[in-house]
Amino acid sequence: MIELLSHKLCINCNVCVQVCPTNVFDSVPNQPPVIARKEDCQTCFICEAYCPADALYVAPQSHTSVVVNEDELIESGIMGEYRRILGWGYGRKNNSELDAAHKLRQLPRPYQS
Amino acid sequence: MLTIYGENELQLTTDVLVIGGGPAAAWAAWAAASQGVKVIVVDKGFLGTSGAAAASGNGIMAPSPENWDKVLWERYRIGKDLANLRWIERVIEKTWLSLPLVEDWGYRFPKENGESVRQSYYGPEYMRVLRKKLLRTGVQILDQSPALELLLADDGSVAGARGVQRQNHRSYIVRAGAVVLANGGCAFLSKALGCNTNTGDGLLMAVEAGGELSSMEASNHYAISTAFNATVTRGVPFGWASYTDEAGNDLGGYINGRRDPSFLPNALLKGDVYARLDRATDEVKAVIEKSHFIAFLPYKKAGIDPYTERVPVTLILEGTVRGTGGIRIVDDSCATKVPGLYAAGDAASREFLAGLASGGGGPNAAWAISTGQWAGVGAATFAKSLGAHAHERVVYPTGQVGMRSHSSTNETFDNEAIVRGVQAQMFPLEKNYLRSEQGLIDSLAKLEMLWKQLQGTPKQDTVRDVEFSRRAATLVAVARWAYFSALHRRETRSEHIRVDYPQTDPNQRYYQATGGLERLWVRRDWITDETATPPVQTTHTTVGALQ
Repeated sequence: MIELLSHKLCINCNVCVQVCPTNVFDSVPNQPPVIARKEDCQTCFICEAYCPADALYVAPQSHTSVVVNEDELIESGIMGEYRRILGWGYGRKNNSELDAAHKLRQLPRPYQS
Repeated sequence: MLTIYGENELQLTTDVLVIGGGPAAAWAAWAAASQGVKVIVVDKGFLGTSGAAAASGNGIMAPSPENWDKVLWERYRIGKDLANLRWIERVIEKTWLSLPLVEDWGYRFPKENGESVRQSYYGPEYMRVLRKKLLRTGVQILDQSPALELLLADDGSVAGARGVQRQNHRSYIVRAGAVVLANGGCAFLSKALGCNTNTGDGLLMAVEAGGELSSMEASNHYAISTAFNATVTRGVPFGWASYTDEAGNDLGGYINGRRDPSFLPNALLKGDVYARLDRATDEVKAVIEKSHFIAFLPYKKAGIDPYTERVPVTLILEGTVRGTGGIRIVDDSCATKVPGLYAAGDAASREFLAGLASGGGGPNAAWAISTGQWAGVGAATFAKSLGAHAHERVVYPTGQVGMRSHSSTNETFDNEAIVRGVQAQMFPLEKNYLRSEQGLIDSLAKLEMLWKQLQGTPKQDTVRDVEFSRRAATLVAVARWAYFSALHRRETRSEHIRVDYPQTDPNQRYYQATGGLERLWVRRDWITDETATPPVQTTHTTVGALQ
């Protein structure tokens, strides 16, 4: 579930408010948005992909809340990971060309007799 | 009448209204707009992030033409005599012809020997490209605007829809010449990846407007995920897993080198199951980490090495998202029984493509692309045929359950308790994976109690209350159609497993239609085409089974 909207990184663009498919965030005038309805978060990670400031952290735990430490998360370099995977963001090259799904069929399968 | 309605309502008119925010909705909107008509899309979330496709990567059933025959027969075989060869063929062809457009619009497919390989997509990027194209085409998109009910004209044809805007705290009404329902299947709020927007809204809206559903017994698809991150339902990496019990004993799970589909549910019914992707070679890792990146994000965040560590796994209900049940379409333009109403993508029954097997992954992606366009063109043609008369029609709203109280009591029903009540009947493997007459009757009785509660007053203090009251009612309705259909199909076929009728009955070659609100009904639509036999037995390939 969404666990952090970092005020240290947020640029108040409100993109997360727009794009969250389950409407978890509320905008606040001249301030970072708030996580208003955490219980509606479906852990799809897509807000991270859209956040231009890498300010959001969706913990992988989907059904339980976990405590996170803002400084440690930023320090660890994990913020914005989904965006990096997709190659989204200024100065990056879109990574959809790296899609390897068509190679799956040629892979050796385990347990094959 | 709803208290939220009426005050400050947004009123719009259009030729074609598309309801939904995934690929089927996007393709429908583009195809309709290409016919020169005005198009509005309304989605409960955001067209670009809503639904199953946006939240992941996906294979597409789009083989190159030299492989069409092979894929065609493979699909037909999986459908166990219920699939339809002509439909499979037209879906493959339409999809194959459509994907170069996506490339023109800016999506970058991987290349092999300098040629684009258009057989899968990265979901967020695919949907971003589709959204951009729609906006450039002049399609108007209302995000965060869940549609709640259809409008009908006096002659029984559809005339638009009504809903609420989550962030503007108001209702809206869109009057339209024709409507496409492309708002997905129903995963019963299980948190299957990206699927909590998919609550079967289109199914209830269609039935209330006079439409029918089909193959709703195919509504019990489950998918594997880790237990700590019980949301990323991507099975492919687990193809290289070894499964163990708590003590570390190997549980097997493979038959003749292939994953046994009945292994995991049966093992989970006995106890905890752990998976470790220790069969993945470096070559395999290099591919699955790029094709199924979303499966590795939770591991990375949790500091787990899935190749060396054992992780508890579970099964998540995906309902009709990967199961095939949905709105019954009645012709090649994806029309429904309601004049002017069309259905596309996972909202529509995918029985032609999959019978009662899963259409998950590649086939559903292709289905969204092809039926989206057929429905969009069908709706545009219908809207044009109405001419200027379209918006002069007297219309009335059709929403009933969970919207308008018919009871004399003023007791407000509890949305959350009702959702939990539905989930208690639909999630457990012992009820929904292994079905029996006694179990189904017992569940239907409990669902009937929930249905009775819905006759009370819906909570409608806020826009969110309005949406969630209606959503609770929708889940109960879909669950009742699913189990009523499952009860009346007395055989085991594909994913519909009846422990009391364990054999597939060759004489039960029909699609089961269903519908009704207070009183449920089923009907057998017999398949009269001859059973087809493939010209030559093809080798086993898992075409499009990228999950």
